[in-house]
Amino acid sequence: MMDFFLQLVITGIVIGSIYSLLALGFTLIYKATGVVNFAQGELLLVGAYICLQFTVGYSIPFIFSFFMTLIFMFFFGFLIEKIFLRKMIGEPIISIIMLTIGLSSVLKSVVQLFWGTNTRTFPRIFPEEPIAVMDLQISYVYLASLVAVAIFLILFTIFFKKTKVGVAMRAVASDQQAALSMGINVKRIFALSWAIAAIVSTVGGVFLGNINGINTSLSHFGLMVFPVVILGGLDSIGGAIIAGLIIGVLENFAGGYIDPMIGGGAKEVFPFVVMILVMMIRPYGLFGTADVEKV
Amino acid sequence: MNYKNCGNFKTSYVKDAAIFQTKFSLIMIYSFIVLTFIFPFIANTYYLYLCNTVFIAIIGAAGLNILTGFTGLISLGHGAFIGVGAYAAAYIFNNTDLNFLVVIPLAGLVTAAVGMFFGIPSLRLKGLYLSIATLAAQFILQFFFVRAEFITGGVSGAFVDFPSVFGINIDSDFSFYFVGLIFTIIMLLAAKNLIRTKTGRIFLSIRDNYIAAEAMGVNVFKYKIISFGISSFYAGVAGALWLFYLTIITPEHFTIGVSIQYLSMVIIGGLGSLLGSIFGAVFITLLPEFLRFAADNLSQIYPAVTNAFAAIREGAFGIVIILFLLLEPEGLAKRWNLIKAYWKLWPFSH
Repeated sequence: MMDFFLQLVITGIVIGSIYSLLALGFTLIYKATGVVNFAQGELLLVGAYICLQFTVGYSIPFIFSFFMTLIFMFFFGFLIEKIFLRKMIGEPIISIIMLTIGLSSVLKSVVQLFWGTNTRTFPRIFPEEPIAVMDLQISYVYLASLVAVAIFLILFTIFFKKTKVGVAMRAVASDQQAALSMGINVKRIFALSWAIAAIVSTVGGVFLGNINGINTSLSHFGLMVFPVVILGGLDSIGGAIIAGLIIGVLENFAGGYIDPMIGGGAKEVFPFVVMILVMMIRPYGLFGTADVEKV
Repeated sequence: MNYKNCGNFKTSYVKDAAIFQTKFSLIMIYSFIVLTFIFPFIANTYYLYLCNTVFIAIIGAAGLNILTGFTGLISLGHGAFIGVGAYAAAYIFNNTDLNFLVVIPLAGLVTAAVGMFFGIPSLRLKGLYLSIATLAAQFILQFFFVRAEFITGGVSGAFVDFPSVFGINIDSDFSFYFVGLIFTIIMLLAAKNLIRTKTGRIFLSIRDNYIAAEAMGVNVFKYKIISFGISSFYAGVAGALWLFYLTIITPEHFTIGVSIQYLSMVIIGGLGSLLGSIFGAVFITLLPEFLRFAADNLSQIYPAVTNAFAAIREGAFGIVIILFLLLEPEGLAKRWNLIKAYWKLWPFSH
């Protein structure tokens, strides 16, 4: 009983850490550019498939292909902002939402055209034997993804706190006009936030691909990011990380305890129920800033 | 018999608020309606099928336009609300002796209640937050469609027999055409008039500046809920019509993809324009058919096209949305007005 509980917690934390990464990307874009990105899941998908192509198609060792993918996705995110989102500055929110939805359709169809709809798997990179910690079985790939995600989260925290570009990004997020007048290149920051969002999604996508294999339904993770960012507060990066873990664990509890009773489906819908409740009680999430309106 | 007056000669508010500003437009509309009633006698089944699908889409899109275009509340759950209407209609129709013409508005009312319930978060949420809340509504309702088997039939779906009215079975594209057409006309007229009432004007004021609206004594929350209700009523009617057209519905019919399609109809047609809803519904419904036609022809040259058709269709849908947003952000309705304005003084346009 206790084992089952802990197993759920661990799976939840692993999936949750990937949610955290995705939510980090989402929050970054939202904070810096005010764009709600419905294509986050498709960025993940593209990243995962590119990495697959490098690893399987061109037989490059995983670790190199992983970093090559990150570089590729950096420019990919950069270009998406330049080509599509730059023109939408100042448009109403519904247009921007629809644009990212349209973008997600296009990306998904491109992925399908190139790689088909069958589930593809990465060659086995991590040992298959799980590690036994007390009575728990933890597979290497879970551990690896948890470590990788943790490293990336720490790297980004340092990036935002210490580096010049990171501070510039935070400045743009908190006040665009002030940042502009301080000589920060706001347009470049916009593109950069898309590039970083693409990178973090890719990290999530590659590890998800290593856990379950890749097919186009992976892009579903892009929608799961909404409960996370709402719980964490739309404009809080720290909130996104914590909320990702919470939602991951809660989702697995729903899957473990509620699903057997009703026959499945609760796992997918439970985060959204949580989200509605959060919205009713604390619309700005755990760590978000409350919206103060001036007339 | 002018197509449009060459100046503003209105002397009363009634004239100013008239739907048909000139006799010409009135005659055009009437003759168009007459034509639509003659059309099924000359068209084949395929065209009737397209028309019927378009009718349902028009009603759904008009409903979403009331919410999104007129009140400014973005809904990503419209597809699920259409599903509520369809399942409610199936349940009522199978468990009572009511005629389907009564069942359809009843299903609309049920959907309105559900929509108003999911509109409650709009008390505290706006804009982006609200659209995410409706996204949650979409997933929760979809879960309900699959799991609440005693009402919805689960994954195998809900069935109804072909309905009948005045002894005529509505069991073909031809007979359904008239049902769909009449409902579309009624619903569009109702929507057009709604916008001219106090309620409709309050919707517009909420969209344009809800703080100002509140300062002028509008109960913003109440009217947001009403907007959700009316919009969902339209969704319910569209869903019920869809049920009676297909006679079998499954949760697959009401996914998030459907919600996105309706949203794109409203965007492509033009926000806050009923004419736009019609254009958008026609455009988005016919787009896959057109692509299928193109793919069939292309596949004779490149056989690979057939296999990739599903992917191409989704990609083309996305590209169309993106192109419209970048190049024609105000939608087809705006373009239509520009065309009309051009021909107004033709051939002496300068």
